[in-house]
Amino acid sequence: MTIDLSSHSVRSIREGLLSKDFSAAELADAAFARIEAVDGDVHAFNATSKELAGAAAARIDAMVAAGETLPPLAGVPTAFKDNMNLVGTKTTCSSKILENYESVYDCTAVRLMLDAGAVPVGKCNMDEFAFGSSTENSAYGPTHNPWDLERVPGGSSGGSAAAVAAGEAVLSLGSDTGGSIRQPGALTGTVAMKPTYGRVSRYGVVAFASSLDQIGPFSKTVEECAETMNVICAHDVMDATSVSRPAEDFTAKLRDGVKGLRVGVVRDLLDLEGCDPKVRERVLESVESLEALGAEVGEVNLPSTQYGLPAYYIIGPAEASSNLARFDGIRYGHRAQDPTDVLDLYMRSRAEGFGPESIRRIMLGTYALSAGYYDAYYGQAQKVRTLIIRDFERAFADFDVLVTPTSPTTAFKIGEKAADPVSMYLSDVYTIPVNLAGIPAVSVPCGTVDGLPVGLQLMGTHFSESTLLRAAHAVEAASGFVPVPPMVAAL
Amino acid sequence: MAITEDQVRHVAMLARLGLDDEQIASLGVELNDILVQVDRISALDLADIEPTAHAVAQVNVTRTDEVRPCLSREDALRNAPQQQDGAFLIPKFGA
Repeated sequence: MTIDLSSHSVRSIREGLLSKDFSAAELADAAFARIEAVDGDVHAFNATSKELAGAAAARIDAMVAAGETLPPLAGVPTAFKDNMNLVGTKTTCSSKILENYESVYDCTAVRLMLDAGAVPVGKCNMDEFAFGSSTENSAYGPTHNPWDLERVPGGSSGGSAAAVAAGEAVLSLGSDTGGSIRQPGALTGTVAMKPTYGRVSRYGVVAFASSLDQIGPFSKTVEECAETMNVICAHDVMDATSVSRPAEDFTAKLRDGVKGLRVGVVRDLLDLEGCDPKVRERVLESVESLEALGAEVGEVNLPSTQYGLPAYYIIGPAEASSNLARFDGIRYGHRAQDPTDVLDLYMRSRAEGFGPESIRRIMLGTYALSAGYYDAYYGQAQKVRTLIIRDFERAFADFDVLVTPTSPTTAFKIGEKAADPVSMYLSDVYTIPVNLAGIPAVSVPCGTVDGLPVGLQLMGTHFSESTLLRAAHAVEAASGFVPVPPMVAAL
Repeated sequence: MAITEDQVRHVAMLARLGLDDEQIASLGVELNDILVQVDRISALDLADIEPTAHAVAQVNVTRTDEVRPCLSREDALRNAPQQQDGAFLIPKFGA
């Protein structure tokens, strides 16, 4: 039988396994057949993991045969961003410097997914070390958007987003430092969540900016986003920033509706010059539908967020330049040939191994942290962070959730912004303030503009993921929009 | 605060990046383009504002000092470009 993964959810897979309509092994085969068929065009994956998938599927099928209770993500074909360690796979970060790096331990979030029965199908393409908003900064070539192969899927978790959109996986994990889950979610019509800072352990994900990084899920529906959150949100002693909180069932209140929910439209962000008026229109239509369902809608301004982008382009590179100092050609990664001494080894190994955007960010960050500039740049950016947090605190006194577009535009053409870093950085203008404040946010598809999906971003105060998912579920239900890329609809 | 080519060379040395002249020149232009944006915050008067290092407050996280399982020597060396006698092999220091 032929299984079409794009029509399957966590729930339908569970039902199919229990009623023996298909086996986990058949589902894995379907994933690899789909990858084989479309990934030459999409390039969502850097590598597949057939052996690991076969073993994981066999475990699930044995449980089904023995009549055991299935774990929550039993048999679900799942993809992981290639900055997450998984023994039996390489972890390249889409960089030449880690081209041959074999994972020697498991990322906690990946391990939690596998322990919950997920079947690992492969490692997804990304902007090198997560530096970018289009997945064009990959040493292994760009990922193409399943909605239009000439366009980017967003980034940096573009491969993870495209894999779900193209029906090559049912779930995936990405990482989000300034929007790297939510923006590709918006551009590919997938549900994409950045949890509260510290909600999900970062142990085993290659660090970009340690005060901002967070792991989160991609899925086709809000319910599956909640189901994945149930699995990955857990305290981990291996990550000192991991938060210890009682386990929460993120699906429990999903269908409770939005009656009385205070929804704040962020007026000054919505009115930004760079925002496509049609994107704005889709977002406002969704807000109207929430109002029709009983939400109390108002407007709010977040004036300090105008400084979010410049603050981020100091804090991100500064922390990255420090984190990427570990790639020195000695313990792992690319090593230059015939070094004359240790300094020569460092200098050439790093210059040969890192791509242009990585070099740009390491340079910017090193400059911002160097003697005489620290206070003017990094110190000042950390103060701006305080201002942005205060703006959010004021807004959350009046509102339960805040709404903006996730991205100011729909997916842009491959190459369109590649030569202009500053214009590329602008694609994260709505997502960056969330990382700076450490709050959670979710991007949910809310319609299309000229045949391309639009994402609506819902932001809430720390640890308010349940409320965000409830609001996202209402947006999803009210819009009646089922995001199906043409290449999937043609199946 | 425009960054000069000499500064770009100095920063490249601090970052241990052996860049060629062409890269140094283009990075000078690109970094200045980005720093123009960043200068919007340098101009703000934030003398009375406390900096934020982490957005979610954390107390120190410690654990008892006891031996626990960790990476084996073999795993730690598995990705080493060069190794010898169970150790990372490096070239000599200094000229």
